[in-house]
Amino acid sequence: MTKERGDRILLAHGGGGRLTDELIRHHILPSLNNDTLAELADSAKLNLDSKLVCFTTDSYVVKPLFFNGGDIGKLAVCGTINDLAVAGSEPVALSLSLIIEEGFEFELLEKILNGISEAARANGVDIVTGDIKTVETGAADKIFINTSGIGTRLDDADLGLNRIAVGDKIIINGTIGDHGMTIISQREGIKFQSELKSDCAGLAGLTCELLRNIEGMKFMRDPTRGGLAATLNEISRGSGLSVKIREANIPINPTVQAAADMLGFDILNIANEGKFVAIVSRESVDNCLSICREHPLGKEASLIGEIVETGDVPVVELVTKIGGKRIVQMPYGRELPRIC
Amino acid sequence: MLEQIYKAQRLMDAACEKMGRPINIMEVCGTHTVSIFRNGIRPTLPKRLKLLSGPGCPVCVTDQSYIDSLLELADRDDCLIATYGDMVRVPGKSGSLETKQSSTNVKIVLSSEDALQLAKDNPDKTVVFVAVGFETTAPATAVAVKEAAAEGVDNFCILSGHKLVVPAMRGLLSEKNHNIDAFLCPGHVSVIIGFGAFAEIVEGFGRPCVVAGFEPLQIIEGLGAICQQLAEGKATVQSIYTAVVTKQGNTTAQKIIGECFEAADGYWRGLGLIEKSTLKLKDKYSRFDAVRRFDISEMPAEDKSGCRCGEVLCGLIKPPECKLFEKTCTPDSAVGPCMVSSEGTCAAWFKYGRERRR
Repeated sequence: MTKERGDRILLAHGGGGRLTDELIRHHILPSLNNDTLAELADSAKLNLDSKLVCFTTDSYVVKPLFFNGGDIGKLAVCGTINDLAVAGSEPVALSLSLIIEEGFEFELLEKILNGISEAARANGVDIVTGDIKTVETGAADKIFINTSGIGTRLDDADLGLNRIAVGDKIIINGTIGDHGMTIISQREGIKFQSELKSDCAGLAGLTCELLRNIEGMKFMRDPTRGGLAATLNEISRGSGLSVKIREANIPINPTVQAAADMLGFDILNIANEGKFVAIVSRESVDNCLSICREHPLGKEASLIGEIVETGDVPVVELVTKIGGKRIVQMPYGRELPRIC
Repeated sequence: MLEQIYKAQRLMDAACEKMGRPINIMEVCGTHTVSIFRNGIRPTLPKRLKLLSGPGCPVCVTDQSYIDSLLELADRDDCLIATYGDMVRVPGKSGSLETKQSSTNVKIVLSSEDALQLAKDNPDKTVVFVAVGFETTAPATAVAVKEAAAEGVDNFCILSGHKLVVPAMRGLLSEKNHNIDAFLCPGHVSVIIGFGAFAEIVEGFGRPCVVAGFEPLQIIEGLGAICQQLAEGKATVQSIYTAVVTKQGNTTAQKIIGECFEAADGYWRGLGLIEKSTLKLKDKYSRFDAVRRFDISEMPAEDKSGCRCGEVLCGLIKPPECKLFEKTCTPDSAVGPCMVSSEGTCAAWFKYGRERRR
């Protein structure tokens, strides 16, 4: 069945007139309603309990828009929440900007707004301000989303690359590569017998709990694009120290590993959307792991390595399952599927 | 697992002792090369045991003329190029499939079937499938050609760059200055051709051939088995990849290749012209042959200036010995194909080759 004109976004929906007003009142507000947003003011007014504010922004252009385990809306909320969470803050409010290609179906927009609303609610944040632009066919690929977020920094959180020292331990809260391999396999149209599922999730609940209960938390980062390899290289470069990880301790879902092997990808380079790497003092490791493992997003948390002396230059070194060693480099951009 | 590793290491040590000189073992397959690096196997080997990476990366061994022909086809408005992912970055004389302005004419596919489907979906274009790879991918190409013939999909054709592994090994050993003592033979290819296919290398050149899988333990045990043969002064064909490799191989796949293709003399990067080493479509399928459809010249082209991929592919030099390595040639702006493919020797050295100095 072909869609009627009324079922699709028109350029006028971004024109600031009657259609824009209809779009906001009939589609946006019912999904995302809260008192601050409902004012539809030029700026949202927020009452924060702390002067220490974390502020971040990110844009989302993922293809496909809907994937197993999430959609672009959920991703746009969780991704920004996670950037706030790993900075040691409790997320308070997000902005939401939509850039929509003319002709985009309302039905899909509704699904995405649901994803946004559910993720925001699950993580206890409000969408307090926003914007909609429409562009001509071909000027954008269906829909792009930008979210910015504000969080209040926890009093106990003193995180920074400069706090990392030799002997500190490296923890990850679960399996790696799930999001990236789900997206890649869905994009390439590859069917695997057991389904891959993105790990897309907001981490603030778990990170705040850790920060409130663990003294020795020194640094956190979410290994998104570039995967664990990129994050560990950033940690090594930023701290000026070397990183040593053990392959056998890195949690990996076997289906994800098989998919990566089949396409010739290094799983360490594949994106995650519900993971954080935490650098903790030696004394705090057990406590950190047990808090993680009690939480739904940290059941498979694992101690994957430690910070070691620099050597000639700071590097990330992997001890392989057979006891060999190799350097883990900063990933070099887009990986391409191999031939055989 | 550790016991098996120790046992293999003892065999390697004993062979190094017995031979009293460096031992050079060539891993023919690119997947082996990557696995060796990814699993950190090199540093665990005796110093005198050297691994040479062979001509087993399909992208790398493809001659420059093939790449240039492909880029010319990509410029045509009436063509769609369907290619495996790692071919798109190989540079030709006028850019690469990835950088060309005409890249809307280039589609990445994961199988020959996807390429055939592309032809069905775009009846107003001629879809040229970039048919590269060894005996592993050739059967799938053959199936697509047969389907295209049966269904009359006349806007589908292939540019065959398919190559055969054993003739390349023969070619390497026929060079006077080669330094190969034995071969770690490719697992995937052997599933198709059977380990019996390596008998001519053992009989003709007296070089041990051991087929192994791609798990690190398989590779280490394979190297152990080779060393045992060398220490005992033997040269036999052996497979330790017993779960999937048989002596006669996959005869169904061999038959399908035989129905569509015939062995022809062909050019390899680095190795030059090798007799009966490439696969060309048989006359009855010639209408699906892009070479004939577009009257493409099959003369070799010159490699890029300064690029030593050819010598890397023959195991004559290691990538860091090339002046371009890590300087002008990186995975982001590759000069030669060995830096492009994820299975390329230069890319593997670049990604994994550095060692930590304490």
